[in-house]
Amino acid sequence: MKGVLNRNMTTTESSTRWEHFSHGSDIGVRGLGNTVEEAFEQGALALTAVVADLSSIRPSEAIEVHCEAPDLDLLFVSWLDSIIYEMAVRKMLFAKFRVAIRELSLTATLWGEKVDSEKHQVAVEAKGATVTALCVRRQQNGQWLAECVVDV
Amino acid sequence: MNLQSLTRRSEFQWQIEPTGNMRVPAIIYAGEKLVTEMDEKVREQLVNVATLPGIQKAAYAMPDAHWGYGFPIGGVAAFDPDEGGVISAGGVGFDISCGVRALQTGLSATDLTPIKSLLADALFHQIPAGVGSTGAIHLTDSEMDQMLSGGARWAVGRGYGFGQDLERIEEGGCASGARPECVSPHAKKRQAHEMGTLGSGNHYLEVQRIAEIFDAAVASILGLRQDDILISIHCGSRGLGHQVGTDYLKSMVIEGYRPIPDRELACAPIHSDLGQRYLGAMRAATNCALANRQIITHLTRAAFAGVLPGARLTLLYDVSHNTCKIERHRVDGETRELFVHRKGATRDFGPGHPELPASLREAGQPVLIGGTMGTESYILVGTEESERLSFSSACHGAGRAMSRTQATKQWQGRKLIDDLAQKGILVRTRSYRGVAEEAPGAYKDVNAVALAAEQAGLSRRVARLVPLICVKG
Repeated sequence: MKGVLNRNMTTTESSTRWEHFSHGSDIGVRGLGNTVEEAFEQGALALTAVVADLSSIRPSEAIEVHCEAPDLDLLFVSWLDSIIYEMAVRKMLFAKFRVAIRELSLTATLWGEKVDSEKHQVAVEAKGATVTALCVRRQQNGQWLAECVVDV
Repeated sequence: MNLQSLTRRSEFQWQIEPTGNMRVPAIIYAGEKLVTEMDEKVREQLVNVATLPGIQKAAYAMPDAHWGYGFPIGGVAAFDPDEGGVISAGGVGFDISCGVRALQTGLSATDLTPIKSLLADALFHQIPAGVGSTGAIHLTDSEMDQMLSGGARWAVGRGYGFGQDLERIEEGGCASGARPECVSPHAKKRQAHEMGTLGSGNHYLEVQRIAEIFDAAVASILGLRQDDILISIHCGSRGLGHQVGTDYLKSMVIEGYRPIPDRELACAPIHSDLGQRYLGAMRAATNCALANRQIITHLTRAAFAGVLPGARLTLLYDVSHNTCKIERHRVDGETRELFVHRKGATRDFGPGHPELPASLREAGQPVLIGGTMGTESYILVGTEESERLSFSSACHGAGRAMSRTQATKQWQGRKLIDDLAQKGILVRTRSYRGVAEEAPGAYKDVNAVALAAEQAGLSRRVARLVPLICVKG
């Protein structure tokens, strides 16, 4: 079922990137990176790209988030949910992320700006990350993958 | 879906026989074409739902079913708490009590023509829509709890609408048993400035014209006539409901019922502390959705009053299609109290049902099926037969045929709006990309879905409506 529908290479040679994959009425987000932190950061970019064009968002204001979970899979869900929550209550969009993970405890800095419907051409708000198609794992090539479906 | 894996019970009923850990069969209601087009994931998810404890009769899929979260969207499953039955956050969905409300205006198409553009602008100005929008109502902590306990009744008490609106809302506009204390501070904070907002994505407010009447007798009871103008409001429980879904999905994954075939089926026994807390929070979120649609109704009336002061907007009906409700149903010859999950499915009580208000009892419960900004919507009514077929349930919409990404590659928002304007449909939006993602062509054929619901005996078509104005969320 899963097929890559959109791909954004951060650099042409980089294996660190994000993708979307198809899910019925909603959308899957996938982050790939050399570390689990990079994969989470890329997953966050994929999440924002569901809502708006990343290039339209100015990373001018920074905020901190923290979350924990009993396993790495659920930490990815909690991470995306933290971003969704901050987007909702601060009315902001984020375009840059830095993640640190220590023993299933995540701290991150998010950079973004206040949402402007017309400037950002926001398509849809993310309601929450789901455990559908949820997977965080190190692939055979050593690269980390983090993915799940987001309800929009 | 591979038809060879199904037993055909009738032209519009397909069965997956119980195998492995399935406690009951799974049943799909649709014609051959719709079933063939259905995602194989629907089959997989129905089979998984059929393994859950306390499930009664069968796991059902409506004609518009597609891949969901644990439960398929367009899925119905009823559980008996005394047989270990469970409640599932994924079986209700993130947008708890998302639904459709239809308002009658007393106007006909010719009344609308001279002021159509003015009305479109007034509605767009009056009703906050889109990502980041906020309402004019800002609730204190105690007002928030009152809203979560009272639903549309609370809204009417605050002056948003009339007492007679309430009888045309499921459960009289208020889900009983709501427990605001089970809703997290995060969820309440997310809602603080979102009362009376439409949301985004597939949410909308439409002005529609009745293009066709299928059942003149029922239409007459409902007061529907050819060329009548109706309003259709599609939205849900906003940030609060989304956060309740988020919070309890995680709780159910971590501390819910075991074993389950996939963690996306995360659930909790109804007779458990977690199950009861979720029920209390879910009902509070339901009240949030009902209050929200009531406030939007008030804003719609205000917009009409500025343009057509003589118009009197009355409620035809308000249905929720992401729910779990306690209902009494016949199982094995006895009436039992069951917890009926409907994820992307509509309750459709048939004529004579005691829970319907007297004014609707002869007709049956209206079922409101939303289309897209360029295609039809439908009003149907429940049948007595649907009690036996699907715990009195029918479909809720067309369902997507194409992903959002594919849609934005295929259509441009600005051009779509121009093309729709040529067809007499005025779209008001702040996001061209949002319009492209919701392009009519990205959805399945709602006509086929409504027809299949009728052919399967779940409900009867009463009227087909076409859009004239669409305020996009």
